[in-house]
Amino acid sequence: MAAITQPDHLNLPVRQQRQRFTLLDASSYLTLIIAVLVMAVPLVWMFAASMKQPSELTTVPLQWLPQTINADNYATVGDRLPLGRLFANSLLLTALGAGLKILLGLTCAYALVFLPFPFKKTVFAIVLFTLLVPQQITIIPNYTLVASLGWLNTYQGILIPGLASAFGTFLFRQHFLTVPVSILEAAQLDGAGHWRRLWRFVVPMSWPTISAVALVSIVAEWNEYLWPFLVIDNADMMTLPLGLTLLQDIDGMNNWGVLMAATVLVTLPVLVMFLILQRRLVDGLTAGAVTG
Amino acid sequence: MATPVLVDSTPAPATPVTLTDTNRTTRPPSEVRRSPGTFRWRLWRQYLAFLLLAGPNLALLLIFTYKPLIESFYYSTLQWNIGSPTARFVGFDNYIQFFTSSKTAQVAGNTLVFTLATVGGALVLGLGLALLLNQRIRGRSIARTVAFAPYVLSGIAVGMLWLYIFDPRYGLLGTLLSAVGITSPDWYNSSPWAMVMLIIVYLWKHLGYVALIYLAGLQGISQEVRDAAALDGAGRWRTLRSIVLPLLGPTTFFLLITTLLASLQSFDLIHAMTQGGPLGSTTTLMYQIYQESFVNGRAGYASAVATVLFIVLLVITLIQLKFVEKKVHY
Repeated sequence: MAAITQPDHLNLPVRQQRQRFTLLDASSYLTLIIAVLVMAVPLVWMFAASMKQPSELTTVPLQWLPQTINADNYATVGDRLPLGRLFANSLLLTALGAGLKILLGLTCAYALVFLPFPFKKTVFAIVLFTLLVPQQITIIPNYTLVASLGWLNTYQGILIPGLASAFGTFLFRQHFLTVPVSILEAAQLDGAGHWRRLWRFVVPMSWPTISAVALVSIVAEWNEYLWPFLVIDNADMMTLPLGLTLLQDIDGMNNWGVLMAATVLVTLPVLVMFLILQRRLVDGLTAGAVTG
Repeated sequence: MATPVLVDSTPAPATPVTLTDTNRTTRPPSEVRRSPGTFRWRLWRQYLAFLLLAGPNLALLLIFTYKPLIESFYYSTLQWNIGSPTARFVGFDNYIQFFTSSKTAQVAGNTLVFTLATVGGALVLGLGLALLLNQRIRGRSIARTVAFAPYVLSGIAVGMLWLYIFDPRYGLLGTLLSAVGITSPDWYNSSPWAMVMLIIVYLWKHLGYVALIYLAGLQGISQEVRDAAALDGAGRWRTLRSIVLPLLGPTTFFLLITTLLASLQSFDLIHAMTQGGPLGSTTTLMYQIYQESFVNGRAGYASAVATVLFIVLLVITLIQLKFVEKKVHY
């Protein structure tokens, strides 16, 4: 397929374009390589810096790689922060948050597709409209509510206000509309109620959508910052991203090695998951565009 | 929506399966019509099942999205510190203050610059990257992976990483720039450059997403259409402008809405990198709402700002949706 990006080949007849394909390919390659470097080098730089000693970070002809592979900076992060707690908190909140979101999305979408209800389309519109409500308008009232319930510095305080699923419900609904009805018909003849129909028949047919939504939710929950930052100020309740800014406050911005080690700790789990499950994750993150 | 849907919920063995489409869910099947009492009972059971299944999600949306939406209007009429049990009703004073304050001009200007640069930049560069990635060249899938990776990373972590790269003393960027004879500006502390720094980092993080959505759009354009254009003597640039871009219309509108919403809500990068400074030069409306409510103790005023921003967003989105309906065919 021909490249269509290079303005220097304007309005050439097809034959002439064909003769210049190699040149064109070379220039696209060059642009692509530069683009890839711009995207990748900062990440490589982060990993390298996380293993550098303070003296290596400040050498004037730039030193690309650390002299030794070591975990000194990581150990320092562990001294400054309750790292085990932060990891456990992040894992727990991510697992619970993503899991419950999917549960809520699945049940809501099942009801919207397979059950009758007055003004069902309006109900669906109510769900969809929340995608347009920005976070800044909900944080003040939600903070007030959470504080009045005594939920500041608690897991439920972080978890519950963000639990409802609009995006997941939307995607699940789109998928459920394609589930062949004959299958549910058979299930019903076997005497299966809605709960069983959902879990035994609809869910097993929806794994690609479910895993895409799951991965998107996991990434979002792991990276979530603003809301936990507002409701948590006790280091033992913090998640990893909160720990990173806490470290920035403690250490200032002098010891980049330590800060980069902490940055690696925040990003590495998601990065590894992304590299392994790329296809599915990208499907989920771009799903709105394809269906919408 | 003509998908057939199963309406029957009770596992009553004597009743055959009733199938009807969603537009006719309330019409009873012939057998049931003979006993209207049974039918009504079953319908109520189904409504109940609907509420049990959809209720929790709907309740959470009502409590944590719709209720705050209304409360926010109320809070915007108060002079009030977020921790405080007491507040004073001040009517529209917060709005008047917002529209007359000189700080608003700066914050609105910052927001406009940041939004235009990030949305415009992401769309243009993202399309360019997508066009590159759409070619059949080796290493394409690796390039796609690398381009998309930053999008899944925590905003706080990305901010921290780039602070290090922009560090005026030991940063990678300063070193690279001085290697080609350019003196790096003081990114942290000088007023236009801090904003430039944020925009660069935001684009780095979000470019892969835009590129991938565009790539999906490009792959939906059939080769025949392009071949036909080429046969008609259209060059690459002409094909791009007259064939590819118009066909990418729906994709562009989708991206416009999503990137606009995301850009106006961005908090993590600003918080990690500049905290709105130097001298408020990177304070956007989103960041101002946070600062006023959680730092300066002016939650009422912040609610007024949030309300204004929400109305602006809603109007923009509705105009865009209207425009999409009219101009673009799916």
